[in-house]
Amino acid sequence: MTTIHVEETPHLAYVLRLADSALINSHRLSEWCGHAPMLEEDLALANIALDLLGQARLLYEHAAALEGRGRSEDDLAYLRDAPQFKNLLITELPRGDFAFTIVRQTLLSAFFHPFWQLARGSSDRTLAAIAGKAEKEVAYHLRHAGAWLVRLGDGTEESRKRTVEALETLWPYTGELFEVDAVGEAMIEAGIAPDPASVRPVFEQTIDRLLAEAGLARPVAAWMQTGGLRGVHTEHLGHLLAVMQHLQRAYPGAVW
Amino acid sequence: MYSQALNERIEGPRIVEDPEKLAAFQARIDAEERIEPNDWMPEAYRRTLIRQISQHAHSEVVGMLPEGNWITRAPSLRRKAALLAKVQDEGGHGLYLYAAAETLGVSREELYEQLLSGKAKYSSIFNYPTLTWADIGCIGWLVDGAAIMNQIPLCRTSYGPYARAMIRICKEESFHQRQGYEIMLTLCRGTPEQKAMAQDALNRWWWPSLMMFGPPDSESRHTEESMRWKIKRFTNDELRQKFVDATVPQGHYLGLTFPDPELRFDEATGHWRFGRIDWEEFKRVLAGHGPCNRERMAARRKAHEEGAWVREAVLAHAAKRRARERAQKIAAE
Amino acid sequence: MAEQPMPLWEVFIRSRTGLAHRHVGSVHAADAEMALQAARDTYTRRGEGLSIWVVPSAAITASDPAEKGPLFEPTASKIYRHPSFYEIPEEVGHM
Repeated sequence: MTTIHVEETPHLAYVLRLADSALINSHRLSEWCGHAPMLEEDLALANIALDLLGQARLLYEHAAALEGRGRSEDDLAYLRDAPQFKNLLITELPRGDFAFTIVRQTLLSAFFHPFWQLARGSSDRTLAAIAGKAEKEVAYHLRHAGAWLVRLGDGTEESRKRTVEALETLWPYTGELFEVDAVGEAMIEAGIAPDPASVRPVFEQTIDRLLAEAGLARPVAAWMQTGGLRGVHTEHLGHLLAVMQHLQRAYPGAVW
Repeated sequence: MYSQALNERIEGPRIVEDPEKLAAFQARIDAEERIEPNDWMPEAYRRTLIRQISQHAHSEVVGMLPEGNWITRAPSLRRKAALLAKVQDEGGHGLYLYAAAETLGVSREELYEQLLSGKAKYSSIFNYPTLTWADIGCIGWLVDGAAIMNQIPLCRTSYGPYARAMIRICKEESFHQRQGYEIMLTLCRGTPEQKAMAQDALNRWWWPSLMMFGPPDSESRHTEESMRWKIKRFTNDELRQKFVDATVPQGHYLGLTFPDPELRFDEATGHWRFGRIDWEEFKRVLAGHGPCNRERMAARRKAHEEGAWVREAVLAHAAKRRARERAQKIAAE
Repeated sequence: MAEQPMPLWEVFIRSRTGLAHRHVGSVHAADAEMALQAARDTYTRRGEGLSIWVVPSAAITASDPAEKGPLFEPTASKIYRHPSFYEIPEEVGHM
């Protein structure tokens, strides 16, 4: 099958953004399976990846229902090209070292935990139900990644150096978490989406607490990356999709 | 099986055991009692177990690689979730088994060192490449199928921690083979290209799967002792035959052909008779000369080396934290 | 270079309310929180647990199997601790 075209209403676009972020984050985490620093961590990261994949599937299913054209979760995941993906840029950056993965997961979880908590009150009842499930999962992701951030920040000279570097690299991608465009505005107005501005204080408090415990400072953001919500990505997403979508693209229409 | 290299000689000095203790030990085994970590056991029993359990653990962990290779390329989200969960389970099984081996007085660090230095063996099957998605189906169907055949009797093995780990593993693995067979079934009911993919995978995985059970009984040096100690409960050939008998009809249901012109059903015995296994290939792969031996070891070593700073950091952090707690306590006193 | 060993922890899980925690295996971890999380991620992947204990393996003191005789055999002769030791007429009913 060739690339599909999804007619995006604001509601559909919004759900797809959440789905895409969960899927791409899960994909990057799954790359650790078999390669983690210790066996216990192979299992832990795979668990987080599976939670996120589960969230993505529910969100795609919801998106497909909103679209109402009989498409499946797989059509949405496998048959859209990079510009149609609306995930946060931070999720698509390559796996990096373990510090990079831990910092990324801490930042994302520190945002998504309060986000999903608020989204439980969404006027979109399916989204509210997904939020109820996701909130608990992300609470654990935050606990896991946060504890690791503290260990790495306050570990050895090397672990501290790598953690600081990851933090410096990733911090400029946190601006996107709070971006509100026309789609976001419409969703907040309709009571479907939480306002990220109300998530920000909890996010900052969590990050500051963890960084203090890790003996690290919050980076100063001179400037923030942007583009994911508009489908303008980093160079990495295309490669990720080329791998992920390979079979669906090579054998159009086949059932797996 | 996952400990198919047991045929090799155990190193170390020969220990002369106290005949009285030895007899009492054998009596416990014969009475189907389980041996527990602190119990007296002959040194050869301990060594055989450490080797068997650690080879099994290494096989689980190296076995994550060929399938892990396809996690990022799984063709649907449902398949992706199942495969990730399965490869993760294998890591979990490796972990249970390392823990069981550790009860015998060897550390995980030592066991890893043996694997990474090439001193310890793991199943030959994981030195074959996964080239197409059908290989993931074949691994689940054949490799996990063979593993289950071997592991179910191990749930009653004489060493308690090993038996308990195996019970847990067998419970969890029940979905692995079904997952693989379902992939094969979907391919065989799919397009002609998909069916050809399934046939090609079976052609490549069939014989290596049969080799998983280890050398024929006639050449297996340790079978007798392992059977006497109830570490092993069936011989290699018995298990291999059981596997062939169970698997051939499943393959025919898929509409696939086995790459063995001599395969035929023997009415008299009720068994499927199969052709000669290429034991030269088996020995070669086990000795390190399979298609992927070097890559698999390189991947394991890379993960271990790149993880060293992480393991160092957490230990350093724990030490710092303990020191701080001590200082606080002293200050409070 | 020999690596510094990662401490070993024993894992105990309560599978349902009303049941005692049961030993299920062990994990390696540098600190208690890490051990707890590793236990959760390793031993409760299929909803097996409601509560987890982790204990440093080094903190466990075990009885010596060689002392099985002196430790456990003396109780075998104390049959008066079991209800079947006492005779109650059947007419009295279940007691």
